[in-house]
Amino acid sequence: MLKMPDIDRNVLARRLEIAAALRTFIKPEAVIDTAREMRVYESDGLSAYRQLPMLVALPETTAQISKILAYAHAANIKIVPRGAGTSLSGGALPLEDGILLGMAKFNRILDIDYGNRCVVAQPGVTNLGLTKVVEGKGFYYAPDPSSQIACTIGGNVAENSGGVHCLKYGLTTNNLLGLEMVLMNGEIIRLGGKHMDSDGLDLMGIVTGSEGLLGVITEVTVRILPKPETARAILMGFDTSEEAGQCVADIISNGIIPAGMEMMDRPAIKAAEDFVHAGYPLHVEALLIIEVDGPAVEVDALVERIEEIGAENSSVVTRTSSSEAERMNFWAGRKAAFPAVGRISPDYMCMDGTIPRKKLPEVLAGMAEFSRKHGLRVANVFHAGDGNLHPLILFDANKPGELQVAEEFGADILRLCVKVGGVLTGEHGVGVEKRDLMSTMFSEIDLEQQLRVKCAFDENNLLNPGKVFPTLHSCAEGGKMIVKGGNLPFADLPRF
Amino acid sequence: MARPETIAELAEIVASATEPFDLRGLGTKAKLGRIPSGEILDLSAFSGIIKYEPEELVLEVGSATKLADVEKLLAEHNQMLAFEPPDLSSLLGTLNSGTMGGLLACNLSGPRRMKAGAARDHVLGLSAVSGRGETFKTGAHVVKNVTGYDLPKLMAGSYGTLAAFTSVILKVMPKPEAQTTLQLECASDHEALALMTKAMQSPHEISGAAYQPGQGVMLRVEGIAPSVAFRTKALAQMLGAKCEIMDEESSAKIWQGLRDVKCFADTSTRSVWKISLPPQDAPGFIEILKPHLEFRYAFDWAGGLVWLDHEPKASGHLVRSALKSGHAMLFRADEETRNAEDVFSPQPAPLAALTQRVKRAFDPKGLFNPGRMVKGH
Repeated sequence: MLKMPDIDRNVLARRLEIAAALRTFIKPEAVIDTAREMRVYESDGLSAYRQLPMLVALPETTAQISKILAYAHAANIKIVPRGAGTSLSGGALPLEDGILLGMAKFNRILDIDYGNRCVVAQPGVTNLGLTKVVEGKGFYYAPDPSSQIACTIGGNVAENSGGVHCLKYGLTTNNLLGLEMVLMNGEIIRLGGKHMDSDGLDLMGIVTGSEGLLGVITEVTVRILPKPETARAILMGFDTSEEAGQCVADIISNGIIPAGMEMMDRPAIKAAEDFVHAGYPLHVEALLIIEVDGPAVEVDALVERIEEIGAENSSVVTRTSSSEAERMNFWAGRKAAFPAVGRISPDYMCMDGTIPRKKLPEVLAGMAEFSRKHGLRVANVFHAGDGNLHPLILFDANKPGELQVAEEFGADILRLCVKVGGVLTGEHGVGVEKRDLMSTMFSEIDLEQQLRVKCAFDENNLLNPGKVFPTLHSCAEGGKMIVKGGNLPFADLPRF
Repeated sequence: MARPETIAELAEIVASATEPFDLRGLGTKAKLGRIPSGEILDLSAFSGIIKYEPEELVLEVGSATKLADVEKLLAEHNQMLAFEPPDLSSLLGTLNSGTMGGLLACNLSGPRRMKAGAARDHVLGLSAVSGRGETFKTGAHVVKNVTGYDLPKLMAGSYGTLAAFTSVILKVMPKPEAQTTLQLECASDHEALALMTKAMQSPHEISGAAYQPGQGVMLRVEGIAPSVAFRTKALAQMLGAKCEIMDEESSAKIWQGLRDVKCFADTSTRSVWKISLPPQDAPGFIEILKPHLEFRYAFDWAGGLVWLDHEPKASGHLVRSALKSGHAMLFRADEETRNAEDVFSPQPAPLAALTQRVKRAFDPKGLFNPGRMVKGH
């Protein structure tokens, strides 16, 4: 188990008193204090880690959150915010001595403004929910993480979520116009609005992707876009990942930014095909799914160019969707890749490094070697356009020690990503999962600088501590901060 | 004046300093923001292309690399900075369009900002020296990254108050193959806004939507040639207004002028405001302000940006009280006016306090551009 911040015994001893205080801020039944009822909150999408919180609070107004945080700030109680709990990096993992702040009741759309092309929503609205309320008028919300049916927009802001379309349409941060949030001291601030650009320091820029460490988001304004007229997808198979990778590079060098560009390796293709029968070729080493969108005349012209580029790179299979049903079928396999892998292995662990695309063959070769070393299989799905890898490590948690081996395998992959000039996480966040690998990418000074920003928002380190950074010891002004690696297995990491 | 030649020298100068610095690249942005004070810290040595990988869409340059040099290099590979950085030399009366560091420090973007994002959306990473004299880096050479806080966004638009940039990593994009502009006649600000809104609500991917009284509405369409032709025609039909379609060359020229705020470059003395507001508020804002101030104006970003200029006088209160939401920056003014006015919109107390705590997280001694954004800090 990861080392989490020291348990505050004084706080734990006052658990009943704290529950009573919370019940004066919110409806009494919105404070959950029995182990049985708190069980559903013990873990998020990173289910290998579990912890019951001290208490769960389910507020429904910004004013209530302000009161809870001001109280927790004064009483030195840790807070863990949680949206739908779909984080793949343990961002919403509870703390034994912390209050879990569930945002599920913030589920209303506040304003749909087609004139200004934006939607104002409470943070507990789902990502897909945003699109649902505007699609009748031909609009949509562009970032589309694969958990979009369940994940909330508040969580998307906290994690700066991406999706398969982010090469062309950007991540959450590029589609966000405004926020209301509560600081740990209970102060309520508004950043941005329905207008563009910040009037002071761009605090919204750092709050986005801050993984719940800087404030509790209580309202979100996002821009919405008119839906493209049409979209077509191309399936392209290659005998080598090098050829597929070169094809991707050539498409971009030719000035084409597809709406989506995904790659799968042989094990992932097979798992997906066995599961959903999308018609994927089984004899290829790499499969690309490339989607272009826009008016039909543009889509058809780009399809033609991309097919040519594929042929120049020795594609052995090329199929282009000629109907919406066929396009959806091409995507069905990719979108079901994770559950498909779940069928062929009792457990899997999904990694999330990003690499410069040209390093793909090197990284795939490295992964094959790690696979032999650790004796575990790996399947790869890959946002090929932006270099974001999702290796799925297959293991069986019931076999003693295999989870640890899988974690070592994952750490090997992420270290390799950083070594070739990439990063630990492209879209899933650091959370608890990659926290102790941060020093492979950042120097102590780099990390201290980030921690000082944390201190500016939350000087007592009460908001979601134990996530993103190795343990933070002190926010003393001007003084040297001490940053310690929390988890011993990675303490001897080489630094790149 | 101090002019460090290396990052180590820069770090040493800052670490041992006790008096504030006025950070400079080529000095072209000195007239933006509140009036700089302190000893000039000349960063012009940190210049040059460090890494350019067109197929990875990534460019790294020294922070004092000239914008003009970057644009020339990118153009050779049919690429661009998609946020369309302006050349403010004629508006501000400077010798050139300045450096990449200065551009990012002021988060300046052009007409395509409404579609492609601002300068801040295209900064992938940077290296800098903090007010502690410590060298730090943030972000990376990849276009998709959520590892740690997104400090590059915070650095963009910080007007040199947080750190001295030494190099920056940018996301670059392919240049559109073709463009046209539809110029539409309209009788009023309201009609102009309605035309721009209708175009923006269509799936025709408008990459520029601007309006000047007397000149009408300009809508830019970019992309591959067959798509541009199709969308231009579809837009002209849909909007139904009297419409002229510009060729490639005239289109490029008109957007360059809009980008560089050429409409107000005919004088150097009038005060210029840059106002960011919800697009639908733009005509109402003009109406409210008109009885109180004599001014010229233009809309960009489909109404989300209003430029206005007037004879020098204290107008901050008038402009800001006409604004229901959004913010107004006094973009160009003589020193007297800039001293007297809030150049940036004042912030509510909790936000102002938080902003100061963030500033101190980077620059505890207040060495970098004190007072540039907020009086006294």
